[in-house]
Amino acid sequence: MKTEHEIKMWTPFTMLMCALMGIGGLILLVRLFKGLGAVTNLNDRFPWGLWIGIDVLGGVAMAAGGFIIAGAVYILNMKKYRPIVRASILNAFFGYLLAATAITLDIGLPWNIWHPIFMWQIHSIMWVVAIHVVLYTTTLATESSPMFFEKLGMEKAANFIHKIIVPVVLFGVLLSTLHQSSLGAVYLIAVGKLSPLWYNSQFPWLFLISAVMMGLSMVSFETILSEKFFGHKADISILSGLARGVLITGVIYLAIKLWFLISGPGIAAAFNGSMEANMYLLEMVVSVIGPIVFLSMKKVRENVKSLLFVNAMVISGVLLNRLNVSIFGVYRDQAATGFSYFPSWMEFVVTLAFISFSIVGFKVCVKYLRVFPETETPH
Amino acid sequence: MAKSVLIDLTRCIGCRSCQIACKEWNERSVKPTTMTGNFTNPPELNSECYTRIKFVEQEKAALPVWNFVKDQCLHCKNPACASVCPVEALKKTEAGPVTYNFSRCIGCRYCMLACPFYIPKYEWEKAVPWVRKCTFCSDRIAAGLVPACVKSCPTNTMLYGEYDDILKEANKRMTDSPGKYVNHIYGKDEAGGTSWLYLSPVPFESLGFNMNVPTTKLPDLTWAYIKKIPAVIGVVLTAGVISWVITRRNENMGKEE
Repeated sequence: MKTEHEIKMWTPFTMLMCALMGIGGLILLVRLFKGLGAVTNLNDRFPWGLWIGIDVLGGVAMAAGGFIIAGAVYILNMKKYRPIVRASILNAFFGYLLAATAITLDIGLPWNIWHPIFMWQIHSIMWVVAIHVVLYTTTLATESSPMFFEKLGMEKAANFIHKIIVPVVLFGVLLSTLHQSSLGAVYLIAVGKLSPLWYNSQFPWLFLISAVMMGLSMVSFETILSEKFFGHKADISILSGLARGVLITGVIYLAIKLWFLISGPGIAAAFNGSMEANMYLLEMVVSVIGPIVFLSMKKVRENVKSLLFVNAMVISGVLLNRLNVSIFGVYRDQAATGFSYFPSWMEFVVTLAFISFSIVGFKVCVKYLRVFPETETPH
Repeated sequence: MAKSVLIDLTRCIGCRSCQIACKEWNERSVKPTTMTGNFTNPPELNSECYTRIKFVEQEKAALPVWNFVKDQCLHCKNPACASVCPVEALKKTEAGPVTYNFSRCIGCRYCMLACPFYIPKYEWEKAVPWVRKCTFCSDRIAAGLVPACVKSCPTNTMLYGEYDDILKEANKRMTDSPGKYVNHIYGKDEAGGTSWLYLSPVPFESLGFNMNVPTTKLPDLTWAYIKKIPAVIGVVLTAGVISWVITRRNENMGKEE
């Protein structure tokens, strides 16, 4: 593994990302002083847009790798994945920071973000979601804190976290199960608005399953990239193990999706040539059908380059699913009334800025902290 | 008892007094609009407009006829907007109105997604935005007055009173004048029942009413998920602890060998 001096901080890509963060920050200042209408194309028929679809729903789904790998290592005792556990948790932490910051700036009154903690309304999924974000971000911070404690030379604190890590991880698994599915449950109320291609009374669980798929792919993707850019060596058996996980989850996901399609709107609805039907087909091919076909080949599961490609497919496919549920799946009725929504350039830049923040933050952590400890010491 | 309003569309003459009275009482300004090819103005409800008259041009016996539709919050008996609000900023009051408390609101706009009638509107252009919608003049009701729109109507299109009496009156009008109304009280079952009810001389769908609204109580859809949470907590924790115990034991047995 490269030492901290070997990872070059100011590469052109990092500089680009920092520039995006700067512009994104300026746009968010305008948003704070001039209102959401000044920077977004949101309107009364499209109250939620790109920031909710990608930054919040996508960011949380991308973070699913944290609870899966932590659970696999600390609870199921799958030692094979220990070398990537810190990176997965850190990755999840940045995913949640992204989602939490995005939702804070997306709501109309960011300074009231703390209200749900004190003003309970247990009938609201949004309240359930808010509490989960708070609790799980705290949990992820706890899970990744040993890295920071080590850096600061606070051995006692790091040891204390190691002692309580199993219950903390279990708590994290619980919160994630509930949080991933409750993000889907947010849309249960939109019956008659959300196209039946996606709407189903049980579809919160689909959000959970697709998040598992996405999380595993994300961890694999990020492991391969870290290997390339940070000189960290990942065993191919880890990558093919993750790929097998994606394959199994994908088959379950596809089966449920097809069952919902057949028992719901019917197969014909997916092939009627409408915009939503085409988006549905695109999503199905990219997020699950394509990956299953590729991953069922052993050759693909053991080739880093092929895996990188398949992981990218799963990640973009599940992101597309979140966009379909949040935007394309509710488009039809609204468009009929003359309203439409396409994100403004500022919404795009802010989204890119948030993603850049996660990547740069992760890079800084890899440079200065022991994210990939060369040799694992038993705790 | 909950207050209610019956809107008898056969009586409306499209004078828009209600629209003006609403604006005055609620101190709303105007948003500039452009001509859209009919007399409906504004073309949609917005944060400055809680109610409006839709002008629907139709044909009857080869002659053109107007139908006028008053549009505002229906004040559901089990409102989706209030059920999804994470901080109880929106609330169904005992008096009937679904009210909004700005001091609790965080601006998440979930109410806008949840409302099957697309009623809540947002002040997108403001740095400190409110959710805006018809208040059912809850302040006037509390003072023993009738809602501003009802008060201003010159043709008694709207009848204000207790829900049970209003529903009875709606049924009475239908039986008293056979053929005058279509056989449907809009709002009786829609979204699990609303406090505002409509009678119409022509099919509601031809007037642009949303006929896709389920007749179940919408909050039940999310409650079906939320009530499972304790069971999920139990299952995940139990499964987690059991797997942890098993995997540790396997490891220890491996060491002994």
